[in-house]
Amino acid sequence: MDTLIGLLVAAPLLGAGILLTGGRRLDRAGHLLGTLLALTSFVLAAVLFADMLGKDTGRRTLTSHLFTWVPVDGFQAQVGFQLDQLSMTFVLLITGVGTLIHIYSIGYMEHDERRRRFFGYLNLFLAAMLLLVLADNYFLLYAGWEGVGLASYLLIGFWQHKPSAATAAKKAFLVNRVGDIGLSVAIMLLFTTFGSFAFSDVFPKVGQASATQHATVTGIGFMLLLAACGKSAQVPLQSWLGDAMEGPTPVSALIHAATMVTAGVYLITRSGAIFNAAPDAQTAVVTVGAVTLIFGAIVGCAKDDIKKALAGSTMSQIGYMIMAAGLGPIGYVFAIMHLVTHGFFKAGLFLGAGSVMHGMNDEVDMRKFGGLRKYMPITFVTFGLGYLAIIGFPGLSGFFSKDKIIEAAFAKGGTEGWILGTCALIGAAITAFYMTRVMLMTFFGEERWKDGRTATASPDEPSAEPAAAHSAHGAPHPHESPSSMTIPMIILAFGSVFAGGLFSINSAFVKWLEPVTGHSEGDSPVSTGTVTAGTMVVLVLGVLVAWLMYGRRPVPAVAPKGSLLTRAARRDLLQDDFNHVVLVRGGEHLTRSLVYLDHSLVDGVVNGTAASVGGLSGRLRRLQNGYVRSYAVSMLGGTAVVVAATLLMRAV
Amino acid sequence: MSFPILTVTAAVPAVGAVVTAAVPAARRSAARLTALAFSVATLVLALVTMARFDTGGARYQFTETHTWVKNFGLHYDLGVDGIGVVMVALTALLIPFVMLAGWHDADPLEDVNPNRRWRPTQGFFALILLVEAMVVLSFEATDVFLFYIFFEAMLIPMYFLIGGFGDRAHPGGEEEAARQRSYAAVKFLLYNLAGGLIMLAAVIALYAATAKQLGTGTFSLQEILDARAAGRLHLVTSTERWIFLGFFFAFAVKAPLWPLHTWLPNAMGESTAPVAVLITAVVDKVGTFAMLRFCLQLFPEASKWATPVILVLAVISIIYGALLAVGQRDIKRLIAYASVSHFGFIILGIFAMTSQGQSGATLYMVNHGISTAALMLVAGFLISRRGSRLIADFGGVQKVAPVLAGTFLVGGLATLSLPGLAPFVSEFLVLVGTFSRYPVLGIIATLGIVLAALYVLVLYQRTMTGPVKAGVEGLSDLKARELLVVAPLIALLLFLGVYPKPVTDIVNPSVGHTLSDVHKTDPKPALEAKK
Repeated sequence: MDTLIGLLVAAPLLGAGILLTGGRRLDRAGHLLGTLLALTSFVLAAVLFADMLGKDTGRRTLTSHLFTWVPVDGFQAQVGFQLDQLSMTFVLLITGVGTLIHIYSIGYMEHDERRRRFFGYLNLFLAAMLLLVLADNYFLLYAGWEGVGLASYLLIGFWQHKPSAATAAKKAFLVNRVGDIGLSVAIMLLFTTFGSFAFSDVFPKVGQASATQHATVTGIGFMLLLAACGKSAQVPLQSWLGDAMEGPTPVSALIHAATMVTAGVYLITRSGAIFNAAPDAQTAVVTVGAVTLIFGAIVGCAKDDIKKALAGSTMSQIGYMIMAAGLGPIGYVFAIMHLVTHGFFKAGLFLGAGSVMHGMNDEVDMRKFGGLRKYMPITFVTFGLGYLAIIGFPGLSGFFSKDKIIEAAFAKGGTEGWILGTCALIGAAITAFYMTRVMLMTFFGEERWKDGRTATASPDEPSAEPAAAHSAHGAPHPHESPSSMTIPMIILAFGSVFAGGLFSINSAFVKWLEPVTGHSEGDSPVSTGTVTAGTMVVLVLGVLVAWLMYGRRPVPAVAPKGSLLTRAARRDLLQDDFNHVVLVRGGEHLTRSLVYLDHSLVDGVVNGTAASVGGLSGRLRRLQNGYVRSYAVSMLGGTAVVVAATLLMRAV
Repeated sequence: MSFPILTVTAAVPAVGAVVTAAVPAARRSAARLTALAFSVATLVLALVTMARFDTGGARYQFTETHTWVKNFGLHYDLGVDGIGVVMVALTALLIPFVMLAGWHDADPLEDVNPNRRWRPTQGFFALILLVEAMVVLSFEATDVFLFYIFFEAMLIPMYFLIGGFGDRAHPGGEEEAARQRSYAAVKFLLYNLAGGLIMLAAVIALYAATAKQLGTGTFSLQEILDARAAGRLHLVTSTERWIFLGFFFAFAVKAPLWPLHTWLPNAMGESTAPVAVLITAVVDKVGTFAMLRFCLQLFPEASKWATPVILVLAVISIIYGALLAVGQRDIKRLIAYASVSHFGFIILGIFAMTSQGQSGATLYMVNHGISTAALMLVAGFLISRRGSRLIADFGGVQKVAPVLAGTFLVGGLATLSLPGLAPFVSEFLVLVGTFSRYPVLGIIATLGIVLAALYVLVLYQRTMTGPVKAGVEGLSDLKARELLVVAPLIALLLFLGVYPKPVTDIVNPSVGHTLSDVHKTDPKPALEAKK
């Protein structure tokens, strides 16, 4: 069985290798090969899952050691895998949703001449993501971590001829690199503290740390949090996710909603032993989570671009997960549970958004949608179910997972518990608001796309989604997407509806993960019933306000100026402006002045010193006058004379 | 006496240079093929040496010892440790690719030249082989004076390669190109000669010191080390420091270390891409290599004394080089500054004096050689197609030449140390090796990984993505010969990124020897140290 773990990664990696080097010969069948290899990986995952279920809860972890990657004295990095319940959960999510999105992309990317390459990148992503969750040490995890970053870079910038896409891709990679500093330093700290960075070496030893080393363990926690902020788009490293929507929609669904962006949650949960021993780091984690869940939700409210609204939502939902993971053993299980249910409904929502765009000449502005439910019934129903799931409608997936996180936040106890719980509730209200807004603006109300008002996409953002390339320009003719696209949407809708309930029967999910992450109930100052009731109240409130604003009144096709907060939220709460002024402008000035200094000062001083020492300046001036050769020859001759003279002097 | 494989490895390219130079003017392709054949033969010899190197055996292997000038204590001593054998292999590996990439670089512009003895192609390839021979001998020499001779002698062919076969694409026109080229060549020569002259003084001082204490002076590394181990030789602290500084200065010019780096952007910018690779990937490595072999072994105490300053200069190089790379408008100068940053990493690793740092630094030399060759040679293909090396003249290349753009990206990703490609392993080793002894410097150096991503991705974005710029439309994709250059380099980057063991196994024992020379042991993990 354990050899299958390597194959899980190898199958998509093989696909990436073949598709990216194979050349045009593979253009016809490349997408099928890519999809087949993703499916292979999923089947292998299912086999391993079945095998795991057949074993006792205590003995479910499989390990597989392949070879030594970096053998240097004292520093032994292994390529080894560890498949336990936590990894298994991720593997099923990644390969499952991954395969569905491969299938969806067959239709979605049908008219793109570089489709083969697209599937190569998707395969590359799967391989890297699987490596990330299967690695048995932090160093190998880092390889997967950067690997998904690369795949994300390539896919965001897939339409490279669009300057905006190329810029967004670069930005995503750079912001993630800032986070990667955290992971690098964390690994170095682990190495200098424990002499190893393998999970099995580090985690049992964390408890032995002395008082001074406790500070180090806290430092490791902070560094891991920095890494998580980058990959999971948490404040203050969240700014790349909105721009990442420049990528093709299936990419947004797979990488920037369901899987890659949740890697930070995985990292924190996996490092539970470290965080449990570092309460200060945990406090930082919950703070980041709580801030981001509100931040993302506010941004989500103001965006008119359907994908960017969903991106804000993703940020916010991951904020919930990060917060839950920061709660320690009270929250780990629910963080992962929400991660899985979110994987279903958010991927479904994105695929739905893609389907809408597919039928609307790639328009993304919701102000130019409206009343689409009649034209795309399947998209409407599946999107609607995803909507109900994410706002936490009773009985659907999101209800179970989000409710548990809110309960856990209160169960943290003390003032901290109250603050976190309140934040979570406010977040739930805003979620209900912005998702209802998306729903109403897209599928209900006036048909604002008629009368040729949306003849072309907004001029400042020329659309390049190829799905529209085949349809004539002019007023859109909304239509339902082909079955290769709707079937994955339907399957994901099933997950959105039922996964949460299934996980909660008999606390199945808690029992499944508990052996890995540990679990404790905590003691909540408020009863479960009260929390659920509170959640329901804020849910109704959020929906109601949205309906009053966007359902009862017609939606203006051109965005109104809006309040100060709305305008700030449209600009991602001004964080980009801050980055631009401080980092981009400041950086440009710095490099420009350094270039000047290097040319005038450093070069000048070194030349000048040399000149004053060796009297070279006159010669340098002469070489400018064209005596170069003669000078060089004389110099060489001089050296030769010096050498010869010394030799002679010594010899006699 | 066993087969003198080290001498032969250096003699083959030297003979090849003579033979190539002798090929008649009209037979240019014969000259090219001759040169290529000799370089491949050298590679085979280097690989045989590497394969036969006994990792558990003596420190220096395949040694050859001949007295050269007896009363001068000058020996023809050759020998390689694990580090040397790897460096020889790197050199021999890169030369054939440099040649293939520069296949037509030196061809005269007009077919007919009134001067029948005009043989630039022959000269170009002969000079490359000559550089190879000198570099190989520098890696092999275990006699200080012998090393010095080759260390200096390689400047002559390099000077002519930079000044005589420079880049024809210059923003200021052909006349300006010629002017800049000769300026760059002379600057290269002056900087390195200045370093060399100071080293010469230090070499003689070392000889005098040995003569004073041992009775007979010597340049032999082995004799000096033996005498020191036996307690017969003990340099006065101040003498040791002065001599060390003389050596180090020369190596720091060549490496190059901030603030002695300013010749490199000129030299790499004005020469053709293959010659630029020769400079940064091959010749400059002699500088960092010599720090490991001569500075640390001969002057352990002075090395430790100077370490704090050197480490700070190395970190400045890393950050400064990267920032300067960000600000460049010229593709080749950008890569040159990136190299300044990378040399900072190498020197940091050497002077952190930990197993990880020094193994990492050695591996870094290899990986930087391969990755810069890949990036620079593809950049050269791009530049020669467009006739310009200004970043602003490009845009949207991936649309017209996707394979070229793809290979350029892989070279760039290697340069920014992406895991899975070789440079990641060495860079991380250097960082962790530094961090374990100097946490603050380690963290500052880590900032370099963000800056590297910045200059690589900005370069890629401006040249390869976006709408197709005027002047770029007609560019052709990589030809078969060019793919033959790039594909093996990329394959090597992938292989060494996943499985660096063949190299580290050879390097590790030598690093252990070097560390015991300076009496340094790795810091213990905090948790174990307590027990």
